[in-house]
This record gives sequence, C-alpha cells and structure tokens, in this order.
Amino acid sequence: MSRHLTPNLVLGAVLVAFVVGVAALSLVWTPHDHAAMNIRARFAPASDIHWLGTDQLGRDVVSQLMVAARNSMTVALIAVLMGGSIGVAFGLLASALGGWVEDLIMRVADIGFAFPALLFAIMLSAVFGPSLWVAVFAIAFINIPVFARVTRGAANVIWTRDYVAAARAAGQGRFAISRDHILPNVAAPVIVQATIEFAIAILAEAALSYLGLGAQPPSPSWGRMLSEAQTLMFMAPQLAIYPGLCIMAAVLGFSLLGDALRDITDPRLTRSRQA
Amino acid sequence: MRLTAAPALLAALALALAAPAAAQTRISIGIQQEPTALDPTIEATAAINVMVTQNIFETLTRVDRSGAVQPGLAESWEISDDGRTYRFHLHQGVAFHDGTPFTADHVLFSFERAMAEDSTNPRRIIFDPIESVEMIDEHTVEITLARPEAFFLFELARGPAIIVTPETVETNATRPVGTGPFMFDAWTRGDRLRFVKNPGHRNADEVALDMVEFRFIADPAAAAAALLAGELDAFPGFPAPELVAQFEADPRFTVQVGTTEGEVILAMNNARPPFDDIRARQAVSHAINREELIEGAMYGLAVPISSFYPPHGPAFVDLSDLYPHDPDRARALFEEAGILGDTLTLRPVPFPYGTRSAEIIQAQLGAAGMNVRIENVEWGFWLEEVFRNHNYDLTIVAHTESNDLGNFARDSYYWGYDSDAFRELWEAIRTETDDEARIALLQDAQRMVSEEAVLGYLFQLPLIGIFRDGVEGFWDSQPTLALPLAEVTVR
Repeated sequence: MSRHLTPNLVLGAVLVAFVVGVAALSLVWTPHDHAAMNIRARFAPASDIHWLGTDQLGRDVVSQLMVAARNSMTVALIAVLMGGSIGVAFGLLASALGGWVEDLIMRVADIGFAFPALLFAIMLSAVFGPSLWVAVFAIAFINIPVFARVTRGAANVIWTRDYVAAARAAGQGRFAISRDHILPNVAAPVIVQATIEFAIAILAEAALSYLGLGAQPPSPSWGRMLSEAQTLMFMAPQLAIYPGLCIMAAVLGFSLLGDALRDITDPRLTRSRQA
Repeated sequence: MRLTAAPALLAALALALAAPAAAQTRISIGIQQEPTALDPTIEATAAINVMVTQNIFETLTRVDRSGAVQPGLAESWEISDDGRTYRFHLHQGVAFHDGTPFTADHVLFSFERAMAEDSTNPRRIIFDPIESVEMIDEHTVEITLARPEAFFLFELARGPAIIVTPETVETNATRPVGTGPFMFDAWTRGDRLRFVKNPGHRNADEVALDMVEFRFIADPAAAAAALLAGELDAFPGFPAPELVAQFEADPRFTVQVGTTEGEVILAMNNARPPFDDIRARQAVSHAINREELIEGAMYGLAVPISSFYPPHGPAFVDLSDLYPHDPDRARALFEEAGILGDTLTLRPVPFPYGTRSAEIIQAQLGAAGMNVRIENVEWGFWLEEVFRNHNYDLTIVAHTESNDLGNFARDSYYWGYDSDAFRELWEAIRTETDDEARIALLQDAQRMVSEEAVLGYLFQLPLIGIFRDGVEGFWDSQPTLALPLAEVTVR
C-alpha cells in the first residue's frame, strides 16, 4: 500500500482536508460575523483581531474566506452529485441497451459537451434571477455528459466479462445486471472522475460568481471577492490575492487527489510508469 | 564664442521641445458606456448626449458650465411680457456639416418632427408647452407657448431639442450631421468613435482640438490601466471612486470632483405593500446612514441629500433633520407597520454606485430588523421589470436629469406616488416665472416629498474626472448632460 503514498496523494489529501475542514468549521464558528460591516475600519492590515485584515467595507477577510469555502464546497458537492448520478444513470442505460438508444444518448451527450456552460448559466439567471442555485444547476448540467461518457466506456468493458455472461445465462435482466455487476465495477473510474470534476466545479463556481451569476451578497464567494478586489489592486492587493490563493489551493488539492486516485485504481498506469 | 553659442543652442533646444508639443491637438477620451445610436432625438442613453450635444449638434440655446443659459444657434431672443411668446434671432451664415445652409426652416422641421404624433423623441416633455412654431423670416422664429414655462430656455438646450436637417435625419443614428464645432468622422463599434474639427464653424478659431477620439472602456480597472499607460488623455466620467486617491497622488494626472444633477435614491414602490404604508417608508428613511453609505460606496466623494434636489441648486433646503439616522426608531416603525423581520427585494441598477450602495443598505436595513435580498440585474432587465413594469420593492438608481422634481407629478411612474396636492404644486412651479416665488415653491415641493418619505434620498452622484496633466477646459460639474469639447485645450 505504501507505494501508493505518492507526493501527489499526500499534498492533494492535505489541501482537500484543509479546505473541507475550514468549510465545515465555518458552519459552527468563524472569527467574526462574515457580513458585519465597519466602514471606519476598512482596509485594515492583518492583526490579532482580523487575522488577514478587513475588506473595502470593513468586513473580516478570514470569516469571508471561510464562509466562501463552504459555499464553494456546497455548490461543487451538489453539482457533482446531481450531474454525476444523472450522468451515471444515462451511461449505464446506454451501455445496457446498446443499439440506437446508446447512439442517441451519446450523441445528446456530445451536444451537451459542445454547449457552453456559461451561456446556460446566463440563460438560467435571466429566467430565475441570479443565485447560488443557478451556479449549481449550470455546473451539474455540464457534468452530466462527462459522467455519461465515462460510465458507458467502463460499463461496455464490464459487459464483455464472463461473470456478466454467466449472470445473463442465469436469466438475470439487463437492469438487474447493471445494478448488481456493472455499477459496482464502474464505481472506481466514476469516483476518480468525480474528484476531478469537483476541482472543475470549484473553478466554475468562482467564474460564475466573478460574473455575478453565483452567490449573491452578503453571501461571500471567492469569485465575487476577486471581482470586487479588481479595482482595488493598487490599493489593497491582498484582497485579490487571498481568494485567489484559496481557489488555487482547492482546485490543486482536488486535481492532485483525483490524479493520485486514478493512479491507484488503474493498475495499468502504475505498471507502465514503473517499467 | 562659447558664451554666445549657449543661448542659441538653448533656443534651438527649446524650439525642438516646443514643436511636437504644439502639434499635439488631438485628444483621447475614455467613456464608460457605448450607446447603440448617436442621435439624441431617438434614444435617451446618457452617453449619446454627453458625446454629441454641443459637439456635433447644436441647440437654439446652450447651457454653460455654470448652468446658465447662453445663446446657441439663436444669437438672441425676446420674450413677451406674458411669458408666452419667444422670438429667436438665428445666427446667419451657419451651415450643416454636409454644406446645407442653416435657416429657420430647420428649426421648424426639427420641432415639428419632435412634436409629431409618431415622434420617438425621448423627452417630448420639452415640447409639451409649445402651442405653435412660426417662421417670421429666414433667420427669425417665433415660438408661442400655451402657458408660461419657467424652464423652457434651459430645456431647449438639451440633446433631444437639437436642430437637424431633413436630408440626414435617417442616418443621424450612425453618421450624425449637425452644425456643431466638431464633425463625425468614424465609429468602430465596441472600440472607439472619432470626431474632427469643423473648420467652417463660426467659433472655429477658438477651438483648440483638431481631432477627438472617444474610447469605450466599461471596466473600471481597464479604464485605470489605460490612463496609467498613457493611452487616454482624459476620463471625464470616471467610474471608480476608490482609485481617485491613487490618481491624486500621481503628478502626471489632475483629478476633478464635481457634481452632477444625479440624485441617487433608494426608490420604494409606493403603489404596493409594504411601502404603500408611510410608516414603512419612514422606517426606511430612519434606517439609512448616509455618512456610512457615502464613505463605503463612494469613498467619501459624494454630498448627502435629504430630498430630491441637488445641494448646489438655488432652491436647496436642508431637510436632514426630518429623518435622522436612528435604527431603533426605524425598528419601532417597522413593527408598527407590521412588517418587522420580513424580507424585501432590492434590485439596484448594475452600475458600481448601485451595487455597492445596495450591500450597505442591506446591512443598514438589517440593523433595523429587516431582511433584504439583493438581486443584481442587467440594465435591460432593470428598465423592463423595475422601470416599466413597476415590479420591485426597493431599487437604487440615480436620476441624472436636471429640474426633475416633476417626476413626482407623473402619472403611473415607477415610484407609484400618486398625489394631486403635489401635481397642483408642480403646475404652480412650472408656470411661475418670478424667480424668487418659484424658489419658494420648489422648497415647498422638496419638503412635501421629503416629509412623505416617498423615496430614500441618499446622495448626489459626483462627477469624477481624471485628466492627464496639461489637459484643461473640461466641465468640473455637469449642470446638463453634455461634454463640450470646444473649450478643451491640450498642452
């Protein structure tokens, strides 16, 4: 097992644990109320009271970053779960039925791939008004074809296995086989994909919030903090640097973790690397 | 020898240095909003008026930097004793940029076009008092009003009252042709717009600039970068007050902070609950802390208002004692109105002053026990849903027109304020031609809309101009929507 303990895995796991830990902690405790303004104490430097100083409205930066981490994690989690479960279901269906159903699902997935997520988000926010949920649905939407493709590819391999043929010979139906044999065996690549998609979702949430399509004030978001700090770059560069670093840490953490998980679950990769 | 050579050398050096400086008669001006058309008689977008009024097009009268009415295309005028008949004597020898000589026919054409049934003029209210327009001779026009109108000469100086020629009205939206000191040259959509000097203008000798280039830069950070990189000579409506300190400290730039006619308000929908109840509106008025708002949203660069009238205007009365900042009083009033703890929707306009103020107002109303949900919407959505459909609880917007107290007298306006008492008062103001009496009436009007807490009155929108050192002559305040370039000089 120790050969799996690569630097990627360790660094990824540490970063993810930190970000998730901070997000979880913000549910019960932040140093200050993240929305409490004190305009007289704006742009305060880092101190014992405000560990990373205050922003342009005198709000505590640490508290905002913590709550923003929670928002970001929530969006990514719901979006990946939602997109993932729908995508996996379609992937299994395509693989189980084959023929024109498979063709249809995969072509629709291709269209989904080609459709820009940003346009979809703008459309949603025009209809429902901008909110965190717009970001969630837009990101979930772009995740569906990704998961459908990964699941179907992996499932098609499993369908050729002897134990599946045996199950079919025993009279088990396509859907029962999908549930009992295919799903458990495609779980590994799906989980790896989910980890990578998680990183992409964090980035997407930051991008949407940057454009004002995600979290609405006073609920903080790394992306919005970044956009608000943009014109303050000369005056208070730290206000852009902190959320930027947070986005980097979260995305890097999940990406590294995903890579490391893939190495572990895909023995071919490990072997070819050792050769 | 060496002693005599030195002055010659210095003189040559001075000439060499002076020559390129003297050749510099072009200017690059940053502007935040790009209009979709360039004709102020078809669209109300502020940027149209800012760019073309007094530059490309001229009006009968002209408003100067102090807000006073000056001669425009009309070199003089007489007003009858009853205040209803205006006789305008037009400048002679004026020509449009396409060569057409300007005559009284053009005045008639422009006014009749604006007053026509199917007119698309965005400010027909200018022409409302007019009963008839008559041509006395080639260079004299007589306008008769149905009633005396105190603001008539001022209103005639606005962009929607420009004088145009029938040959080009169809194409003015993309190739404006007027009589002004500058001529349209080129428009690269999404990027820049270029004017050149009109050598045939009657004041051409006094116009310093040979070429004017407007650059459209919507993003404040990009605007600051373009100024710092020397790509722009001026940014007369700079959108980022937070960057003013930085430019003030930079010797390469001068900063002007002036006033506009823009009252920034927290509009409350008077037509529907909860703000059909005066106690709810009074509560909001008590909850507002203007000092904190101006510091937070405008970095201290704005003057607070307590009614719908600019503090630099002649009829201003200070009503800030009426509803002082008092969160406890606000909470009690919200409780009395039976809405304490409810959620209100705030849809600010998508400009920095709006979205920034919204967050602070949200916190201030929060301190008085109300939940505020901010919905940041697009400009088009705001115009449609808030302004036309009146679908909102609260919004934040600047009203940039001058003399706009009359908005309270409008039928089915988006504020939902419906008061016959005010309409009567406004009618009296409009028809009062004695300055002192009118000022007294205007003060009554300010008191009325302030006492009834029709709106939350926040601050007067500042005009921030950032100019490269050596650029002079821009207006420091904006008494009317215009950016006259004829007076601008570049060193």
